[in-house]
Amino acid sequence: MTAAVAAPLSVKKTVLVAASQAIAFEVFTARLAAWWPMPSHHIGQAECVDVVVEPRVGGRWFERGSDGSECDWGRVLAWEPPGRVVLAWQLGANWAFDPSLLTEVEVRFVAVDDRQTRVELEHRGLEAYGPQAPAMRDVFASPNGWTGMLEHYAEVAGR
Amino acid sequence: MSRPNLALSARRFAALGDPTRLQVFLLLSREPQSVAEVARYTAVSRPAVSQHLKVLVDAGLVARESAGTRNLYRPDADGVTSMRGFFDSLWDVGLARFKSAAEAVARSHLKEKP
Repeated sequence: MTAAVAAPLSVKKTVLVAASQAIAFEVFTARLAAWWPMPSHHIGQAECVDVVVEPRVGGRWFERGSDGSECDWGRVLAWEPPGRVVLAWQLGANWAFDPSLLTEVEVRFVAVDDRQTRVELEHRGLEAYGPQAPAMRDVFASPNGWTGMLEHYAEVAGR
Repeated sequence: MSRPNLALSARRFAALGDPTRLQVFLLLSREPQSVAEVARYTAVSRPAVSQHLKVLVDAGLVARESAGTRNLYRPDADGVTSMRGFFDSLWDVGLARFKSAAEAVARSHLKEKP
């Protein structure tokens, strides 16, 4: 896997997958439960048991908890199987759904041959998090956050 | 970690390589402070404090904010850089797991239809 940064306010990733374009698209959009790091990356109170993308423009993107609860993450902005999907990620810095916040995750599935697909992902519009600095400060000032890491670094470096 | 992140980290650690700047940064981590307050705590002259703060601001470690008539300095864990780092690692992990999952499905399809 390669990681590259094109613009300062987006994250770009490319990964080559030994699967056809159709399988790559299907696994990415319809089998998120098989690959999304659910234990560490979900927002609901309940244990996350599934992550769902409704297969149409305007469809919801949400997680389902073990108690049946559903928490929205965003929605489908573009639905062009098997080549492209654009999802809106609308979780604020406090990990609550915020319909006024819009960041976009565009994923392109480029067939290299019938058994290989290059998947290009761009998560853009991260400048939308700019006004949320106070919330982020709380997160990153936590003992395990950025400040805690630097304090640890300072202790080690000071020995 | 991607190379641009390493470059950013290197700049930040270089900015913190000075004992006084590290002291100033840790002080601000506890509570936003003005230049005068930092100068008082650290027994460093105001012009020197200003210069240290400028280095920290340039490295993206500290930001200035206005509180009434006062200018306060605080750690710059602003939404943009913080969230960028978060998504950078999230998608690294996510796409690696996606690759494994998609390739497992592809292998099972090949077994069914050799």
